[in-house]
Amino acid sequence: MRNRQATRLLFELSKPGRRAARVPACDVPTGELGDLLPDAALADEPPPLPELGEPDIIRHFVNLSTLNMSVDTHFYPLGSCTMKYNPKRNERLASLPGLADVHPYQDPTTMQGLLALLFELQEMLAEIGGLDAVSLHPAAGAHGELTALLIAAAYFRDRAEPRTKVLIPDSAHGTNPASAAMAGFKAITVGSTSEGFVDLDDLNSKLGDDVAVLMITNPSTLGLFEPQIETICRRVHEVGGLVYLDGANMNAILGVTRPGDFGADMMHFNPHKTFSTPHGGGGPGAGPIAVRQQLEPYLPVPVLVRRDGRFVLEEDRPKSIGRVRSFFGNTGVLVRAYCYLRTLGPDGLRRVAENAVLNANYLLARVKHFLPVPHGDRCMHEFVASAQRLKQEKGITAMDIAKRLLDYGFHAPTVYFPLVVKEAVMIEPTETESKETLDAFVEALFRITEQSAESLHAAPHAAPINRPDEVRAARRPTLHWQPSDQSGEH
Amino acid sequence: MPYILNTDDDRREMLAAIGAASVDELFDSIPKNLRLDRPLDIPPACSEPELTADMERLAAQNIPAGRTVSFLGAGAYDHFVPAVVDTIASRSEYATSYTPYQPEVSQGNLQVLFEYQTLLTQLTGMDVSNASLYDGGSAVTEAVLMSLAAAPKRRRVVVAASVHPEYRQIMATYLENLDVSIDVLETPEGTVDAAMLAKTVRDDVACVVVQHPNFFGCLEETAALASVAHDAGALFVVSVDPISLGLLRRPGDYGADIVVAEGQSLGNPLSFGGPYLGLMACREAFLRRLPGRIAGQTTDREGRRCWVLTLQTREQHIRREKATSNICTNQGLMALRATVYLAAMGPHGMRELAELCVQKAHYAAAQVTGSPRWQAAFERPFFKEFVVRDRQGKVAAMLDEARESGVFAGVPLGRWYPQLDDCLLIAVTEKRTRGEIDRLAKLLSSSNSKRAMAHA
Repeated sequence: MRNRQATRLLFELSKPGRRAARVPACDVPTGELGDLLPDAALADEPPPLPELGEPDIIRHFVNLSTLNMSVDTHFYPLGSCTMKYNPKRNERLASLPGLADVHPYQDPTTMQGLLALLFELQEMLAEIGGLDAVSLHPAAGAHGELTALLIAAAYFRDRAEPRTKVLIPDSAHGTNPASAAMAGFKAITVGSTSEGFVDLDDLNSKLGDDVAVLMITNPSTLGLFEPQIETICRRVHEVGGLVYLDGANMNAILGVTRPGDFGADMMHFNPHKTFSTPHGGGGPGAGPIAVRQQLEPYLPVPVLVRRDGRFVLEEDRPKSIGRVRSFFGNTGVLVRAYCYLRTLGPDGLRRVAENAVLNANYLLARVKHFLPVPHGDRCMHEFVASAQRLKQEKGITAMDIAKRLLDYGFHAPTVYFPLVVKEAVMIEPTETESKETLDAFVEALFRITEQSAESLHAAPHAAPINRPDEVRAARRPTLHWQPSDQSGEH
Repeated sequence: MPYILNTDDDRREMLAAIGAASVDELFDSIPKNLRLDRPLDIPPACSEPELTADMERLAAQNIPAGRTVSFLGAGAYDHFVPAVVDTIASRSEYATSYTPYQPEVSQGNLQVLFEYQTLLTQLTGMDVSNASLYDGGSAVTEAVLMSLAAAPKRRRVVVAASVHPEYRQIMATYLENLDVSIDVLETPEGTVDAAMLAKTVRDDVACVVVQHPNFFGCLEETAALASVAHDAGALFVVSVDPISLGLLRRPGDYGADIVVAEGQSLGNPLSFGGPYLGLMACREAFLRRLPGRIAGQTTDREGRRCWVLTLQTREQHIRREKATSNICTNQGLMALRATVYLAAMGPHGMRELAELCVQKAHYAAAQVTGSPRWQAAFERPFFKEFVVRDRQGKVAAMLDEARESGVFAGVPLGRWYPQLDDCLLIAVTEKRTRGEIDRLAKLLSSSNSKRAMAHA
């Protein structure tokens, strides 16, 4: 079925003389280019881009698209990524010209509707997070982390408290320590207990007046609600530190509990996870942050506020950390998140959490019999199984399971993360999957564990390709097409 | 419930399989005192027709630049987006997939990224490109961080005042807590003076950052500036307008070490500033310091050519605090849009588009400065954007008047450059017609007294 001719590289499909787009005829009196611009600035030739006609382009990209799995075509239980259904109304509404065609430097009087929407989104996020003030600027979760850490740095600088450390549990996402380093802090790892919770003794031993922030993911990447979260936050506050909540797993607790209520001072949301905006093959996402009152003066500029019934973008905020991105935020993503929140309302959001947790526990209950789940019988929105026993007994690895699932028409779970579980298989079904889909997934997973290791090592059999050589890709990087590659390995 | 498939029967069966009496029981691990004992205080749920009506009402309160006679630019441009771009980008298989962790079922996305990277090297003349960053502004800062990491003993960064002020603000924010100083090189004549630059750049400078065409639309003398940077052992970082590369020399041909750009112009809607994409390409020597995702070619077990995410040992999920950056994703869908856009434009489309922008911008500049009220602020060659000075010093009032007549005349510069508070930055894309440009010139030349008379 695959049209291999159409999926050769654009550059191999190129033929001089073909073209798709044409620009309008010039309707102004023209000058000689050489008179308008200095020769030294001009290229001798146009850039050596490929030449294609419109039918070529469409067939190429449409055929290529069919090589992807996606939420709209497959169950995508990618743990920690919350691959839920992306509502189509949000796509249509976000592309209304009155929203999508607004320029960031329009006069605010010409975009009061858009600013009102964004302001209302700020208020909804503050309420969901149980915190006081929101910035919509960060472009992604990791960007939200960095922004919040820069806020913490500014806050402590303002208080003349030289704090240099950020504490991070060992189960955390890699962006946490990377963000801490970028913000100029030293990242210190806190260990976990065998149950997968923060090791309080280890935490206590590392707490002191040099600790600026504890970054915590709750529910954790193991899919567990930290039972001591209140104590943990209190201890951090006792030494004068701040608690940052990585909001990656908010889907489990929407309307059930709020980070501000359990002790977090700052957090980010992932609208592309929790609020159903499409992941886009790896972006765009967004990473709006919410903070407590005392941190509000440090939010990045411009800050969207209401003054005398009008919405304005305030730049003059003396304590602000400054800018973290150009213009305002990933507005197109934020508009979709707004549509989602308006569609669901308070009861709907709570039902998201309930069904996400129900679906995950159902999968856990059925899976644990043949694929052990080291951290307990119950979970929140996701759980982490381990293929360690299968590996020891039969030579079947987490990777084998992931690859073979593709043959059954399921995207693979996240594997080998979090690092604290050996041969980790991290499964997050989300609330938008049906029991029938979950049952079919369990059956496929079970069948896989019954198969021979040799046949599994050869998987996937039905995918367009089979286990690409990643070592070769990294050792001899070929990162763009070159004319000499035209020998045709397709 | 919208988007939830579980029926009451399903829930009962699932709870039975779990061995739980109720859904509530599944939340037992959350201490009771931490539970929210009321519904969230957000607006009630609404149906699709109600939501649509509300959104249309909110949208109607805006006058979108993209549907107006707009001369707004300053880093976000109203270029035409061909239908093929929207058609491809709205395919579910692209829009609703995620980062290609499983290459076997992500070859579509991975090949697009490989094509994107190739197009970027063709456009910039650089050796390698990553798979995109958040936006043009943060991309400049990532380039600075790369430069600093490449030369740990060099702790100064020199950036031209003619670089987008917001890009410079981002840089200041990111570097605030690191032991680095930023020197802003003033550009009173509109562009960087190579001799002045030479006086500023010494052996403690990690990189020199310029924008070309710069924030004022002017062309910098890039080759000369690159030499100054390189003579002092500093890297030369250039932020470009990708549309200009249809016509201007490629950064790889005048000595750039790292090239970044705001990629919005390549097929992305204005969308009030985002989501956009940051382009980043560099010389081979800095490959292992590149932030973000990179797609690479390899073969599978059957020898078939295919693509994977590669060089991941640079990245945060492996290197954690020692990673080149905390960036975790690229702007995949925006990179797809840029890829389709460049494929649709091709070399000749890009050349013609760039030429058209040059011609229209120069026509507009001539028309506007034909009025005694306006003069060019800088005597420098420019691409599609230019700065004019109001001899009457009434830019704000003039902008209000023009807006009332349905024209967004330009971006006032006083908020970033106090000395330019009587100046206006005017951008002209291929979408502006001669009639619209003439209208702008007429609006700008009309004096306040005339308007007062008309109102009398």
